[in-house]
Amino acid sequence: MRKVVRGFYAIAEAVRLSRPNVIAAYPITPQTEIVENLAEMYANGELGDAEYVTAESEFGAASMVLGASAAGARAFTATSSQGLLLMTEVLYNAAGMRLPIVLVVANRSVSAPLSIWNDIQDSISVRDAGIIQLYVESNQEAHDMLPLAFKVAENRDVLLPFMICVDGFKLTHAYEPVDLLDQETVDKFLPPYEPAVKLDVNSPVAMGCYAPPPYYMEFRVAMECAMERASRVMLEEFERWYELTGRNWGGHVVAENCEDAEVVVVAMGSVVALVREVVNRMREGGKKVGLLKIRTYRPFPSEDVRKALENAGKVIVIERALSIGAEPPVTADVKSAIFGLDAEVYPVVMGLGGRDIPRELVEKVIDDVMEGKVKPEKRFEGLNEFEEVIP
Amino acid sequence: MTRGTITLLNQYILPEANTDWRWMDILVEVRFHGRGGQGAVTAADLLAVAGFKDGYHTLSFPMFGAEKRGTPVVSFLRVSDDPIVIRDEVKTPDYVVVMDPSLIEVVDVLAGLKEKGMLIANYPMGSEDLRRTLNTDKEVHAINATKMATEILGRPITNTAMVGALVGATGIIKIESVEEAIMEFFENKEIAEKNVKLVRQAYDYMREVCGWQK
Repeated sequence: MRKVVRGFYAIAEAVRLSRPNVIAAYPITPQTEIVENLAEMYANGELGDAEYVTAESEFGAASMVLGASAAGARAFTATSSQGLLLMTEVLYNAAGMRLPIVLVVANRSVSAPLSIWNDIQDSISVRDAGIIQLYVESNQEAHDMLPLAFKVAENRDVLLPFMICVDGFKLTHAYEPVDLLDQETVDKFLPPYEPAVKLDVNSPVAMGCYAPPPYYMEFRVAMECAMERASRVMLEEFERWYELTGRNWGGHVVAENCEDAEVVVVAMGSVVALVREVVNRMREGGKKVGLLKIRTYRPFPSEDVRKALENAGKVIVIERALSIGAEPPVTADVKSAIFGLDAEVYPVVMGLGGRDIPRELVEKVIDDVMEGKVKPEKRFEGLNEFEEVIP
Repeated sequence: MTRGTITLLNQYILPEANTDWRWMDILVEVRFHGRGGQGAVTAADLLAVAGFKDGYHTLSFPMFGAEKRGTPVVSFLRVSDDPIVIRDEVKTPDYVVVMDPSLIEVVDVLAGLKEKGMLIANYPMGSEDLRRTLNTDKEVHAINATKMATEILGRPITNTAMVGALVGATGIIKIESVEEAIMEFFENKEIAEKNVKLVRQAYDYMREVCGWQK
C-alpha cells in the first residue's frame, strides 16, 4: 500500500513486519522516533509477543540485544552518532560472537563540536567491526532492506550483525510516498529465526569465550570467510526480493552511465539521488558522466567497483566522513579496488555536520574535474574560508 | 581567545547553476519559517500528505536549528508530478510561509523567493505594514493567525491556520485534501475538528484577500 509516511515510520513498520522477538533501545536524535514508533506499536499490542525494553544507555541497549540474540531471539536496535560510539564495544562482541543482530543507524555526525545533523562519520567509524553495512538512498530502500537484513544476518553461512545506514534528517525526517509491505509478503520472504546454537540451560554452551593465541586468529579469520559468503548470500537475497516485490535495488553497487563515462561519481546514501539527477542532466548536455552508487560498504564490493570503473579516466568520490590524517574512508577502499587501473581519483569531502549538498555544487565539482581545473587529491567543497586561532 | 577557536573569514559562495539545461520538473517549492514548537514541520508534513491525496508526488523535510522550543526552525515542501529525488534544501521557493511575526525582523524570510513568488505571514499589523517592514515589491499577504488559532483552539498554535492560508492564496492543493489529512494527523477527534474549522477559516479569509472569492 502506497502511503505518505515519515522515514521513521517506514523503518519501524518494516521492523514490525519482520516479527522481532526483542527490541532494546535508547533514544538519540535523529533516530529516536524509530524506536518511539516501535514502543507505540508495542504498547498497542501490535508487536505480537515481542519484548520492548527501554535501556538506560546505548551500551545497555546493545548489551540487551546481544544477550537476547545469544538466547535465540530475533533482536533489533537503532541508534545514531555518540549512541553508536557507546555501543561499539558491545558491537565488536556481537560480531565476534556471530550474532545476527539487525540495527538501523540514523546517520549523524559525531561530537565534538556537538552537532545533531547528518553525515556518515558514525557508521563509518565501526566499519572494521565485522558488521555488514548497507547504505540506502531513500526511505523505500530502507523499508525494503529491513526484512532482507534479518534474512541475510540469520543465514547460517553468514551469522553476522547487519547495519542499515539511513541518513538522519534527510531521510528519517522526510515525509514521502512509500510502498509499505504487507505481512503476507514479508512472511513469504523471511522465515522465523532458528538459531544454530543458543544459550540454553538444558544444553549449555559458551559464547564469546577466552581464546588464547593458538585459537584467536582462527576465530577472526572465520569472520572474514563469513563476510565473504555474505557477499554471495546478499546478492541471492537481492534477487529474491526483486522477484517478490518487483522492486530492483540492484546488487552491491549500481553503475549508471559508466560504460563510456570519462568521469564517474562514486556516492553512498541519500546524496546518490541528487548526484543521479545531476549526472542525467549533464548527459543530456552531452557530457560523458557516470554514477556509481555503493550500497554495500561491508563487505566492500571491490570487484564490482573495479568493473564499473574499468573505463573511467577520472573518478570522483563524494566523502561525507573523514579519516583525519589519512585518505577519506571510501576513497581508500575505491583506490585499493582499482589499484593498477589507469584512473585518477578525486576525493571530495562535503556535507559534513549536515551542511547542505546543493545540486549546483555537485555540478561544479564534476565540471572542475572534467575541465582539469583541480588535482586528484583530497579537497573540501562548500567550505568557508576560516582561520584556526592559536594564541 | 582560546586555542582551537575557529574564526570564519569568508562564507563560501554557492556556484551559479549551469542554465543550459533544466532541473527535474518540480511544480512547487515552499519554505516554512517557524519557531520550535509552533509546528512548522507539521505544516509541511500535512501538505505532503494532502498533496499525495491530490495525486502529486510530495516530499517534506525539516532543517532544525537547535532542538528546543522557541528557536527558529525551517521546513521545506516539494510538490511534483514525478517522483521527487532531490533532497537538497529549497533555495528558490515559490512560496514562503512565516508562522511567527517576530521572525520577520530576525530571519531573512525573503531569501531566494522567486520573482513571481509569494510570502504569507502570520502578522497582526496587516499586509501594508508587512510590505513596508520587508521592503519588497513581491506579493506579500498578512493574516492574523494567532488570533484565529487562539479563538478556535484556545492556544496560539498557528500551523494549521497557515496551511489554510497558503492553500487559500495559492490553490496548490485542495482544501478538502488538507482537511482529510488533518483528520488523520490528530488522534484526538475533538482537536482534529477544531483544526479543520481553523484551516477552513484561514482558507476562506485568504481566498477573499486574494480575490479568488469573486
